[in-house]
Amino acid sequence: MAKLLEVSDFSVGFGAAQPVKGVSFSANPGEMLAIVGESGSGKSLTALGLMGLLPRHAKAGGQIRFDGRDLVGLRERDLRRIRGRDIAMIFQEPMTSLNPVLTIGDQIIEVLRIHEDLSRRQARERAIALLDLVSIPEARRRIDEYPHQLSGGMRQRVMIAIAVACNPKLLIADEATTALDVTIQAQVLQLLDNLRVQLNMAVILITHDLGIVAQWADRVVVMYAGRKIEEGLPGEVFDRPYHPYTNGLLSASPRLKADYHYRDGPLSEIPGSIVSAAGEKGCSFRPRCPVARPSCASVVPQLIALPAGRQVACPYVPAIAEKAHVASVG
Amino acid sequence: MNSQKLGTLAGQAIDFAPQTKVERDQPAPEAPKQPRWTHIHAPDVRASVSGTAWRGMRRELKVFLGNYNALFGTAILLLVALSALLAPLLFPGDPLEMVARPFLWPGQNPAYPLGTDSMGRNVLAGIVHGARISLTVGLAATALGLTVGIAIGAVAGYFGGLIDDILVKFIEIFQTIPSFVLLVVLVAIAQPTTATVTIAIAIVSWPTVARLTRAEFRAIREKDYVQAARSLGFGHARIIFREILPNALPPLIVTSSVMVASAILMESALSFMGLGDPNRVSWGSMIGAGRDVIRTAWYLTALPGLAIVFTVLSLNLIGDGLNDALNPRFSEDR
Repeated sequence: MAKLLEVSDFSVGFGAAQPVKGVSFSANPGEMLAIVGESGSGKSLTALGLMGLLPRHAKAGGQIRFDGRDLVGLRERDLRRIRGRDIAMIFQEPMTSLNPVLTIGDQIIEVLRIHEDLSRRQARERAIALLDLVSIPEARRRIDEYPHQLSGGMRQRVMIAIAVACNPKLLIADEATTALDVTIQAQVLQLLDNLRVQLNMAVILITHDLGIVAQWADRVVVMYAGRKIEEGLPGEVFDRPYHPYTNGLLSASPRLKADYHYRDGPLSEIPGSIVSAAGEKGCSFRPRCPVARPSCASVVPQLIALPAGRQVACPYVPAIAEKAHVASVG
Repeated sequence: MNSQKLGTLAGQAIDFAPQTKVERDQPAPEAPKQPRWTHIHAPDVRASVSGTAWRGMRRELKVFLGNYNALFGTAILLLVALSALLAPLLFPGDPLEMVARPFLWPGQNPAYPLGTDSMGRNVLAGIVHGARISLTVGLAATALGLTVGIAIGAVAGYFGGLIDDILVKFIEIFQTIPSFVLLVVLVAIAQPTTATVTIAIAIVSWPTVARLTRAEFRAIREKDYVQAARSLGFGHARIIFREILPNALPPLIVTSSVMVASAILMESALSFMGLGDPNRVSWGSMIGAGRDVIRTAWYLTALPGLAIVFTVLSLNLIGDGLNDALNPRFSEDR
């Protein structure tokens, strides 16, 4: 199967700082790919890079092949034709992502009419159909409402309707469910998953919620300090995390220990914080790594390819895997 | 060990799916019933909810109408506007014509309720006709100043960078020159007609609008919905006019009412100094003409002066009312 999206050695720099350093990943048509990492790991910048929406003073490098074209260095005019039609994005805050002075119908109709040759009447019918598609009840009446009349979950549904209006091949959901409460979150993710199947689009789910990844993603990419450090099937990655960072993330996540309660003892954490992205040598996780070795300070660990499409950027995989296993048993 | 725990989570996933399915399925069978329902129970809860489509707008209107100062201002402004519109009907002919004995005091002759001036011209006719020029110049100069100011401010605020630097320097050049001196020089160079006075006032008043627009655009440009619009492939013009400008309007509306007031003042000041259109009567020129006889016939300066005071006051009151109604800082529920 031909890849829909192939990102190779993509980097973003602001002057000397380089928050994204040579990330490579790919997405197949109709696949749900999750990118996880803590704040500052460069996942949102990568997403903005895919859309060509980086701040003006940012410098993008590498290659993003989407549907046979390289998006890096593409002219603004051509990018504008791709945005919204071939690649769409949903943002984190449903409360502020809709224009407060336009009705939701107008906002959907506007996108449809930019990218497709539709009359106002046709576009309105399509907008109603789209609101139906994202399960907004009474779409025909709701279409003339303003964003402030809708709840957060409803607004996020409207955002999704706008994003999928032109049948994009790729949908990027940047923390799209983080601002919603848990039941709404599940509904919205279910909706995204249904739409992915119905419209055969690839979805890139950017999140820091490992529960969501385990439940919905086909593949997961773990990022740390601007680099991809692990990739694989969610079951495998969560079952046997190879990279010490992934392992730390998992043991710091209360969801994955069903029989564990915070009263039983402190939740384990990864000591320290994500180090400044500027000017450090060697492995960027070294200062926080429980199994760091002297050589980690000098060499940036390369990704090691493992069976079943698994990749990990730590040379001490077997030792760590063993240690993690022992730790979880003990 | 771990895999078993992951197993429970995967089980949760299976639990979730039908649950949300059910919720998703529920509205679907209800939908065909819905038209019947609304026919039977016409004023139900949903109808009252849908009635709030203009709630935001209505609330602002309510705040404005609850403000007695603003209502007072609106009433005066309407009176001035009405007299300006009806001037040719109320007082046909040229108000600069001599019609009676000079220095008739107000009330002396019922045919000239506000008296006559040193040349025997009807003061009331002058004030009513003067409202025409004051309002035309005030509104036209504001419209022109707003257009130029919004255009320049929007470009500077939206694009930023070098364009912004250049435009801000350009705005600052205008702001460093005392505006009234610039106005006098501009009118002195050009022929003093209503059109040139209007343009000159617009030239000195646009920088304020430009700065305000720029500030608003810089703030709104960073909003999520603008970013979202960009991610949908909207062009610059569409983002500026559809996404940002409507959200930047409230402070601009407030400023424009004050701008009309200051344009009227500037026009009066120019006419007072004899730099206005000599062929048309204006409040300022009436005051200027009455100045020579202020000791013997003070009403000649006081009456057109009061007309200016009330008109400018009414516009300022309206501006305050609009500010209270539109400025989100003063309304709790936003």
